[in-house]
Amino acid sequence: MLRRTPFYDFHIASGAKIVDFAGWEMPILYRSIVDEHVQTRTKGSIFDISHMGRLHFSGKDVVRFLDRVLTRNVSQQRVGQSRYSLICNPAGGVMDDVIVSRDTKSWIVVCNASNREKINAHLHAVRETEKFDLDLADQTEATAMVALQGPLVIDKIANVLPIDLKSLKRYEFVTDSYMLIKFTIFRSGYTGEDGVELIIPAKMAGLAMKLLAGKTDRPEASIKPAGLGARDTLRLEAGMPLYGHELDETIDPLTANLAWVVDLDKDFIGADALRAISEAGPKRTLVGIELEGKRIARQGTEIKNTAGTTVGIVTSGTFSPTLQKSIAMGYVDIESSLPGTTLAADLKGTLNPAQVVKLPFYKRTA
Amino acid sequence: MPIPTDRRYLQTHEWHKPEGDTITIGITQFAADELTDVTYVKLPKVGSTIDANKPFGEIESVKATSDLYSGVSGTVIAINEKLTDDPALVNREPHEEGWMIKVKASDSSAIDKLLSVEAYLKRIGQ
Repeated sequence: MLRRTPFYDFHIASGAKIVDFAGWEMPILYRSIVDEHVQTRTKGSIFDISHMGRLHFSGKDVVRFLDRVLTRNVSQQRVGQSRYSLICNPAGGVMDDVIVSRDTKSWIVVCNASNREKINAHLHAVRETEKFDLDLADQTEATAMVALQGPLVIDKIANVLPIDLKSLKRYEFVTDSYMLIKFTIFRSGYTGEDGVELIIPAKMAGLAMKLLAGKTDRPEASIKPAGLGARDTLRLEAGMPLYGHELDETIDPLTANLAWVVDLDKDFIGADALRAISEAGPKRTLVGIELEGKRIARQGTEIKNTAGTTVGIVTSGTFSPTLQKSIAMGYVDIESSLPGTTLAADLKGTLNPAQVVKLPFYKRTA
Repeated sequence: MPIPTDRRYLQTHEWHKPEGDTITIGITQFAADELTDVTYVKLPKVGSTIDANKPFGEIESVKATSDLYSGVSGTVIAINEKLTDDPALVNREPHEEGWMIKVKASDSSAIDKLLSVEAYLKRIGQ
């Protein structure tokens, strides 16, 4: 039985093509993936991300608990601050990548829809086994969440909300009320553009959509709906990992170029294993790859060096609408990972020339 | 969705339009919409032979890569050069300008075994 977010009727009314994503009926596109991608880079888009897990933590041991399960230090995190972090298993493999936010009386962790059940089970188990005095509540079903991303977004919605949105810095968030509707707004996103992510009560989804996006079906609208298809091409251009592609339980954060969110001085689940990997040095690393021509290298494509030896594997690939190039991310042996290294993508027997490039593929200028 | 009645179809969404000795092959609007923005079409060389129910090429979009199938065996006598620089033509005009290959069928009755318009419409739930 697939679940529906509070925006399901909006998706259908907007002509969305619905697919099964992590057990939810989600819009993969409304108009076309490229159209929605370009709209996001040039104006603004609104994405339904209600399927993502929203977990709330409070209680006596909350800071100690989060420090135990997250790779990154939370004790230094200020109220109103959001940070990207990872949850690892004891072997140092990534269980999920999350955003952790410290509110005045509680902490909010937003996790991937595909991992919500697993993470809930893991956190409950740690709480029981290690006896933390902690309240853990899954607020996913009670809330809705949207992302508004694009260069015109901040100006467009600045006057809709009763907060000083323009002075909300990147990776800061606030919780406030508007017409008795409690909302939490984060200056963050998964597209490489400026914008916000917003949590609201599930019942207020329709009203929120009207207030934030207005008439999205006008051709020249600043903000139009965008689906998961564009969400993927946007984050890939921005060099951002997607769980199930660049991250999974067999991959450690150091190999994934995420050493910056790992505080090895801290005692968290997986720290011992990661210290050992750090000592020895990862054998592979995550790189950006550009292919010659228009053919796409999808997840699982083998990467070969000039001698014809397999040196890596593609984790994500697409044709970049912004750059008009075939791009991919993948893991390659350290020896083959320098930008400029000549490689080839094995496309069903045809060796398509490629080279290592620096990530991200796209960086916004403003 | 309007489906041309002057041709026959495969389960895998390729249409086959007979024009005298020649059969023109492309994909339906339904398939193009499923793929979304087409970025590349890999077609066989003119003069090569293709087998029925085997892939003759590949079509890529930002979303997925799919094999292209022919319902008839024969020789490729023409390919649509426009698709090299404008693969999105498949999305815009899948039934006409976005054709892919023209085949001289080795068995002229093979096309009759393919799906009729009604059968294809049923296949796509319409």
